[in-house]
Amino acid sequence: MKYAAPTTVDEAVGLLASDADARVFAGATDLIPQIRSGSPEPSVLVDLKKIDRLIGSSESGGSWTVGAATPTSTLTADAAFSGAFPGLSEASGLIGSDQIQNRSSWGGNLCNASPAADSVPALVVNGVRAVIAGSNGERTVAVEDVVTGPGQTSLADDEFVVEFEVDAPAANTSDAYLRLIPRTEMDIAVVGAAVRITMDGDTCTSATVALGAVAPTVVRVPDAEAALVGSTLDDATLEAVAAAASAACNPIDDKRGTIDYRRQVAGVLAKRAANIAAERARA
Amino acid sequence: MINRTHVHCTVNGDEVDFLSSDDTSLLDALRDELGLTGVKEGCGTGDCGACSITVDGKLNCACLMFAPEAEGTEIGTVEGIAEGDHLHPLQQTFLEGAALQCGICTPGFLVAAKVLLDENPAPTETEIRYALAGNLCRCTGYDKIIHAVQEAAVQLNGVTK
Repeated sequence: MKYAAPTTVDEAVGLLASDADARVFAGATDLIPQIRSGSPEPSVLVDLKKIDRLIGSSESGGSWTVGAATPTSTLTADAAFSGAFPGLSEASGLIGSDQIQNRSSWGGNLCNASPAADSVPALVVNGVRAVIAGSNGERTVAVEDVVTGPGQTSLADDEFVVEFEVDAPAANTSDAYLRLIPRTEMDIAVVGAAVRITMDGDTCTSATVALGAVAPTVVRVPDAEAALVGSTLDDATLEAVAAAASAACNPIDDKRGTIDYRRQVAGVLAKRAANIAAERARA
Repeated sequence: MINRTHVHCTVNGDEVDFLSSDDTSLLDALRDELGLTGVKEGCGTGDCGACSITVDGKLNCACLMFAPEAEGTEIGTVEGIAEGDHLHPLQQTFLEGAALQCGICTPGFLVAAKVLLDENPAPTETEIRYALAGNLCRCTGYDKIIHAVQEAAVQLNGVTK
């Protein structure tokens, strides 16, 4: 394997376009373990961290642009960012240990395409867009359109995510992310649930619900969103949210949890995350 | 053909140059090219923290970096924690509190604990446990490790709890 550290987006695209076995990386926290466990070795390791646009974040009028390789520890330490998107910040901060946090990034977490990626449900409920560069220039897509299955994305061989665009949240809007793991730290989500809610007084006027680790990709839960809108998050509504979340699951059985357990927990977490997001939106 | 890349960086305050294959981990380069065998390999996949180092002041796993990524960075390893023969308070409290058994995890714990205390001089027990969650001890000496970090924090702050 050869190592390359391009300093421009065009240079990186050129490396990918000229060699189908070249592969981009940011923190390599998934790539290196995959190679060590027998995945095919890339011919060229394209390190994206030397490209200015890939690292760092900027805010303008409450909207954010976040470089795809920006360490998640940088985002969680940013008080303005974490204040505006507390759930997205929490989800980003759950990726691994402090060691991993200094290397993990939204771009890597998204494009590694694990169904259990913690940041992705929170990116989805916040309507985050990915700016993707390739030989044909740049295109912008919703984050929920990037992952197509476990380890699979809609990106072409010569494409990579450059940065993310996050719109300023509307007034009285906030988010929350909860995940269940068997221990308190350093594990992979059995279920993750992200909710974003807009409140008008005690009434929910807009809601987005997404679940992780319960299907091949992150799933939106339109029935839960419909139940929340117009409600005061009363008990009957929250039961409907839980039922909709459980029904939206298409989980696997594995050592972390059975299908029935994942369905049950998805409902519980969706309900709790909705309550937290609503509480934050009212504040 | 083996590609050897020239890497220039600072390690524990000294400028160093070494040659490395592109796909060599920084962990292997530190141990095999620079002789810094305090950096240990446990899992090799970023789970255990035995290879914890600092890169530009940030805690990292050396096993999850390719050696050429070190170009131009400032690396810190356990070898740089003591000042000459004078042990850092963390090293002293680990020794005095017997916060180690086999010792393989100890360099990583020391590096991670020093990063914590540099950023947060008076951490709570919970903060210490979360900050060290990326470091595994298979002899299960966590309580003594936590106590050693608490004691070092007290010594560094010159105050009692």
